[in-house]
Amino acid sequence: MAERLLTKNWFQPDSRSLAFYKQHGGMESLNRVLKMAPADVTAEVKKSNLRGRGGAGFPTGMKWSFVPNVEGPKYLCINADESEPGTFKDRLIIEQDPHSLMEGIAIASWALGVHTCYIYIRGEYLEQAEILEKAIEECYAAGIFGKSVLDSGWALDVYVHRGAGAYICGEETALLNSLEGWKGWPRLKPPFPAVKGLFGAPTVVNNVETINTLPTIFQMGADAYAKLGTDKSGGTKLISISGHVAKPGVYEIPMQTSFLDIIHKPEYGGGVPGGRKVKAVIPGGSSAPVLAANELDVWAEFEALKAKDNMAGSGAIVVMDESTCMVRALWRISKFYAEESCGQCTPCREGTPWMERILRKIEEGQGEPKDLTLLLSVVNSIAPYPPIGLGTTICALGDAAALPVHSFVQKFRAEFEQHINEHRCPFPHPFGILADEGVRA
Amino acid sequence: MAKYLARFPEGRKAAAILPGLHLVQDLVGWVPPEAMIQVAEKCQSTPERVREVATFYVMYFLQPKGKHVIDVCTNISCSLRGAEPLIEHLEQKLDVHMGDTTKDGMFTLREFECLGACGNAPVLQVDSRFHMNMTLKKADQLIEDLRKQAPKKA
Repeated sequence: MAERLLTKNWFQPDSRSLAFYKQHGGMESLNRVLKMAPADVTAEVKKSNLRGRGGAGFPTGMKWSFVPNVEGPKYLCINADESEPGTFKDRLIIEQDPHSLMEGIAIASWALGVHTCYIYIRGEYLEQAEILEKAIEECYAAGIFGKSVLDSGWALDVYVHRGAGAYICGEETALLNSLEGWKGWPRLKPPFPAVKGLFGAPTVVNNVETINTLPTIFQMGADAYAKLGTDKSGGTKLISISGHVAKPGVYEIPMQTSFLDIIHKPEYGGGVPGGRKVKAVIPGGSSAPVLAANELDVWAEFEALKAKDNMAGSGAIVVMDESTCMVRALWRISKFYAEESCGQCTPCREGTPWMERILRKIEEGQGEPKDLTLLLSVVNSIAPYPPIGLGTTICALGDAAALPVHSFVQKFRAEFEQHINEHRCPFPHPFGILADEGVRA
Repeated sequence: MAKYLARFPEGRKAAAILPGLHLVQDLVGWVPPEAMIQVAEKCQSTPERVREVATFYVMYFLQPKGKHVIDVCTNISCSLRGAEPLIEHLEQKLDVHMGDTTKDGMFTLREFECLGACGNAPVLQVDSRFHMNMTLKKADQLIEDLRKQAPKKA
């Protein structure tokens, strides 16, 4: 099991309070950082090989270094719009250790010369927004935020801003539009937010987990942190595992951990209940291409997955056992993207509901042989596969909608054909039985 | 509202539209057209822009809703662990279809896309409060508890 760096305070009584956080070494990193030149702080983050944990995995220090050194306001936006199906790590960070995020915010703001930070949190996380508000209040009272951060003479204001239910707002430019009071339509890039972001000013948008990691990096040193990971990706990683495993939850793992270990080891997923076998695994949030059971001996890490034309995404692992109907699983996923397409680009707006309709037709036994060809042609017009990230849309939601369809059909084609040929779904419980009915124990 | 407006720079007060609409909904239960005009005035914006925002996000109700809103997550992890039978059960128990409000105005039942609590699937939220690891029994209990909370009709 990995050294617990990010989760060391979790599930302890009172872990949300500033007093608890300080007792366990909290805010020491901030004290250290405030004595460093901002450019040196960024250099340390670069050295740590920290990669963004929101999904794209972009090196954090490099992202920071794109911010131009100009007069006028700059902003830090924390992306707490966690909405990718399968992903629930940021929720746990906020619930279990909010002050680590607060300290990270102060560290990042110092490095970037920021005086105002907005935490954009998905509207459904009402309780989590309240936890953040309380943590911010405590930080103001303790002089950690406010007119002079820890008596350094440098001012920092931090606000929570609630979204109102739109997956697209997790995309960083859509997030900025939503924060400015527009509907969450992604912006064309360039210009990148680092140059022209919130209110037209240079802005860094970082995920909760990314910022939450900063205190740890400055506590143990960037070199030591980098050494824990792989050549291109430092540290440990939080993964969230759900679906058909005995112990769903959020776990901190070394980068060098395979999916087989994450699913079966007792300290992580604890295996598949009921003695059933794994059929398929979504490796990094519902937009990542699905892995078949024979592809799981691979590290759940950025580069290892990229080498297989896949992605680590947000570190969200969804396990499906052999009782799962893959057509129904894909239909559920496609329904989500059809619902959440923001409507700005035609291939995504028109293509995603079209995919959903074809899949529902097949699942209900109404599919015709030509439907699979049609499905793939619709998907190709949104984003051809591979490579990843070359869709026809402004943002990556088009890719995200297309990737699961490509991979499900590629790897489980026989199941789709069986539905079409037999004019029915061949699974007795295609999808899910509640625990209290006793069948799934 | 003043608290939210103060968070944004001069000339950028429209950024308070989302918090403003949340505020209206907390007070009134939904977002009536007149309230959109008021939010627009406060935020130095236009009613058209506020309406554009209010219709884009799923959390704003543009019509009166039931006293309690039950959102059942049906995304992949919740479905794998039984969200579909849970919904069937709730539809029968409340005698209502997905998206509709019960005749007595007590409950609005909705299908919701990913609540971000996949480790505790299946999940539903009632009035933005999460209820996790749902079973049919727990759902029955929840409904009973909510009914008891409601004041009896005179």
